[in-house]
This record gives sequence, C-alpha cells and structure tokens, in this order.
Amino acid sequence: MAHDASEPFKDTRQVPRRQGRSLQFRPRPHYTKAVETTPVIQVRDLKKTYVVTEREPGLRAALSSLVHRRKSHVPAVDGISFELAPGEIVGFLGPNGAGKTTTLKMLSGLLHPTSGQVQVLGFTPSRRERAFLRQITLVMGQRNQLVWDIPAADTFELDRAIYRIPAADYRKTLDELVALLELGPLLGKPVRNLSLGERMKCEIAASLLHRPTVVFLDEPTIGLDVTMQRRIRDFIAEYSCRHGATVLLTSHYMADVEALAKRVIVIHHGQLLFDGDLAALVQRFTAHKTIVVQLKDCAADMGSYGEVVSCEDGRSTLRVPKAETARVTGRILADLPVIDLTVEDPPIEEVIEQVFARGAA
Amino acid sequence: MTGLADLYLQQLKTGIATMLQYRASLVIWLIGNVLEPLIYLVVWTTVSRSTSGTVGGYGTRDFAAYYIVLMLVNQMTFSWVMYEFDYRIREGTFSADLLHPIHPIHADIAENLSSKAVSLPFMIAAAAGLTLLFHPAFNFSWAAAAAFVPALVLAFLVRFLVDWTVALAAFWTTRVTAINQIHYMAVLFFSGQIAPLTVLPRPLQIVANILPFRWTVGFPVELLLGRLTAAQIGTGLAIQAAWLLAGTLLVKYAWRVSVKRYSAVGA
Repeated sequence: MAHDASEPFKDTRQVPRRQGRSLQFRPRPHYTKAVETTPVIQVRDLKKTYVVTEREPGLRAALSSLVHRRKSHVPAVDGISFELAPGEIVGFLGPNGAGKTTTLKMLSGLLHPTSGQVQVLGFTPSRRERAFLRQITLVMGQRNQLVWDIPAADTFELDRAIYRIPAADYRKTLDELVALLELGPLLGKPVRNLSLGERMKCEIAASLLHRPTVVFLDEPTIGLDVTMQRRIRDFIAEYSCRHGATVLLTSHYMADVEALAKRVIVIHHGQLLFDGDLAALVQRFTAHKTIVVQLKDCAADMGSYGEVVSCEDGRSTLRVPKAETARVTGRILADLPVIDLTVEDPPIEEVIEQVFARGAA
Repeated sequence: MTGLADLYLQQLKTGIATMLQYRASLVIWLIGNVLEPLIYLVVWTTVSRSTSGTVGGYGTRDFAAYYIVLMLVNQMTFSWVMYEFDYRIREGTFSADLLHPIHPIHADIAENLSSKAVSLPFMIAAAAGLTLLFHPAFNFSWAAAAAFVPALVLAFLVRFLVDWTVALAAFWTTRVTAINQIHYMAVLFFSGQIAPLTVLPRPLQIVANILPFRWTVGFPVELLLGRLTAAQIGTGLAIQAAWLLAGTLLVKYAWRVSVKRYSAVGA
C-alpha cells in the first residue's frame, strides 16, 4: 500500500558502493550534482509545529488551567527544503533549539511532519516501513541504546537478530567495525563499565551493524576528548567512503564539520539560512580577515593599520575589513621591517557565530 | 519465522544475562512474589478454620492448594510492562525501539519469558516448601493437567496483551502511576487473587466473568485444582481464545494510535 509513492525512487535504494577510495575522498557538493543521480533525501517545505500548553505562575492560574488550557503553537521547523545526493556528507548546523534534532527525527520517521514532504530512499519516513528502517540509522550522542548491564557484544548479537543480518555479513561487518574503531578490548566488558568515549564507539558500531545507507548523526562526538573526536570523525568518513553511505551530521564542534562535510546546511529558528559549500559560507559571512605580522621589533604602533587583537614578541595579530585586506597588507610591507606576514580567514567558530547572529537579527 | 525465533532466543539470552547481574534484587523481588499469596493463604485458612467449615466451597486445605497453585500461575502470567513503559516514555529511550524494524512487543514478551525462566526454579521450591507447611488438598487428574497447559499459555498471552494495552497509556498522560494503580486493583480483585471468585457475592462473580482478569489467573488455577466441569473448561478455553483475539486487535489499534500521537507531540 505504501509503496506507490516510493516507486519513482526505487533505484536509489541500491546506493553505488565506493570501495577502495582513500580517506581523502570528499563527496561532490550538491550544486554540481549531476542530473543522473536521484537524491537520497528530499525535503520540501518541511514544517513541524509543537503545541504546548502554557500557564501563568500562581495558584489562581493553576485553578483556571483546570478548566481552560491555553495552548500556543511553537514552530520548531518552519518550511525548510533541501536535497542530499547519494554518498554526500553534509553538516547540519544551527544553535540550540534551531530545529536540527526535530528535522533529523522527521527524516528518520520518529516524528510526523506538520506539513511539507519528506522522502528518504524513496520512502515516506513517518510510515516507518521495515524496508526503510533497515536502511537507516540515527545516532544520538546523548542517548544510549546499548543494554547497560551486559557487554556490548551481547547487544550486537541482539541487533543482528533484530535486523535479521545474515551470519556471514554480520561477522564481516563486525570485524570491520572492531578493526576501525579498535573495539577489541571493549566487547567483553559490561557497558556500564566503559568510559564515555568507549561507549560512544560501541554505540556507533551498534548503529552501523546493519550497514545503513543513510546515517543521521546527532552530536556524535559530544562530551568526548579531542583524540576520540578525531577517531570518530575519521571513522565516519571511512564508513561513508567504503559503503557509499549518505550522512547528515549535526555537531557543535566545528572541527567535525570542517573535517567531514564540504557542504553545510545552516538553520536558525527553524528556517534555512544557508545551504552550500563550507568555503562559500565563510566567504559570505566574514566581513573581516586576520593579518598576522612578525616584525624585527614590536616598537611600531600597529593600531593605525587595523584593530590589534594581540601583540607579543614582535608578533601582531590584526583584524581588518575584508575589502581593506590588500591595501593594508601593502602598507605594512612598505612601511615596516616585516619578517613574516600571513593573511587568514577567521576561525570557523567565529564565522558560524556571525551567521547565527545575523539570522537572529 | 526463523528470524523471529532467532530474535526471541537472543532476547531471552540478553534478558537472563541482565537479570543475573542483579541477584540481590532478584531474590528480594521473588520473596515479594511469594509473600503476597502467602498472606491471602494465611488469612483465608484462618477464616475457614474459625468458621469450622467451608467458605464458598473451600475448606482450610483447599485454600492452601488454591493459593499455592495461584502463586505459580500468577508468576507465570505476571508482567511489569506498565512500569517499564512509563520509564521508557519519561526517559525517552523509546525512540531507539521505534527505529527498529520490528514490533516492540516481541522484545517485551521475550524479556518477560526470560524472567520466568530465571524465577521458575525458585518459585517451584517455594511451592514445595508451602506444601509441606500447609498440607494442601490437591485433586490431581491427568485430564485437568492436560487442559491446564493451553489454559496457562492463553492466560499468559491474554494478560500480556491487556497489560501492554494499559501500558500504552504512558503515551497519553504523564500520570501513569494512577492508571497502573487502578489496573492493579482490578486484577487483584477480579482475577481471584484476593479471594477465590466463588467466595465473592454473585454480582461480582458476573462482573469477573465479563472482564478478562479471571481468565488470566483464576480460571487456570480452578482448572488444575479439578474444580471445573468439562463443560466449564471448554467454555473457559473458548473465552480465553476470544480474549486473545480481542487483545491482539486491541494492541494493534492502540499501538497505531499511540505511536501516531507520540510522533505528533514529540518523540
């Protein structure tokens, strides 16, 4: 019954494998996406409005709320549209409460959209068809699905049975995951005895045992140290590359996004602010550049060239408007005894902050 | 089908492994399951002794037999899925279950069966101990024992489906404890736990026959004790089968509606 709508997209369910590529493989950004590939994820004018009951503080309000509850409609996702091509890794950014998790939940079938269309692998997620659920996964960094009291290996066996993974495939995938994530010594320990990072590695392995072709990651590296973040990041890239998986990832760590996603989608207050190349985002939203100058001595007054961010041991960091960069650089080189000079884009965190600030305005 | 059997097997293993992690709480919990029927047993044997005869067709040793069998039947059909659901919804762990390509009731049934596998030896030992203490009057017959097996399986399934439907209330309200309490009282009263149903006034017996609870506990107990005629046994099994059908449809419908609501208000 539910298959009618999915018919036109049927061919996308077998996503081409990209085996043997290196870790450096980066998916093509969406705007160069060839016409021949049907999108794996299609979102059109998607909206989700939560109805919440409100109440003033105090006893009188408490009593009156017994009779009449005032309800308000909170738009969590307010008409966003985008598409993801097979094998793409896309960073999904936005401040807390922007609607990222709500969107991921709609894409994975946990939430019914209030309006708009969602198609993932040709399925309508909210119907939660088994063929659909077998091909996707949603990893939430703050939730755990491993059984707490028993070793992770036992939960893996349970997942094998739940997803009906053939024994040979299961062994092969498990061996691969154990090798990539270095799970060997962790498998036999009860989950409650694992550290946060160890547990997260096991969580991710459990979510990928059935080899999903679409992977939703909601803050997969939250609370982890830098080494573990990088380990997981590398693994996600490797997984997507090996299995041609499409990945939509949210993270508060820009390093995750920079390392994994060439393309980013930025939402704020449930609306789409930006969808495109990460480099283009930096271009569009940075009004400033950073010039770092190393001088023979620190005597010179750098204040006349731009805003001095720091100055020590003859090394000055200046912030200048983007349009002024060339002129200021020329002046510094002409005027001062320069040993070294570099021009940099501001850190990506700063750019994102500006994007959000602008979105809020 | 082999896939489902495999799932049950894995879930059983996981359930047993989990349960054995907490041996102390398991023992305390089992002691509770013995104490409750023991209290009713003591009360009713005392009542029948003081009236120096029978109450509702039960003599002192009949009450002992009734409650020892009831303890075992209750253990075999009991579930705590309402409390489990309440936790799942409040803690938000339910989303992970919803992402699995399988109906979550299977995992719950298998988990429940694993707890029975672990607790059964303990409960049989407890029953043997109580038998030595209270000298129950058992009228064992092979015919009754043979009919008891399907009656017990049906009782378990019906009770589980009813419990599971009640548990779905957790999707609709955050005050599930109140609903669970009402349900618990209804089970206590109408399943034959607080007293054998023949002891109750006639109007209440009629109500008990209409509600599902008698068919999940009292009926198999009375059957095994040889208190029912062949006709009563046949009717009882038919009523159980009807409840099984009704329960399955109820679960299907309630599940669909509840998940719809869950995914509308926020998972």
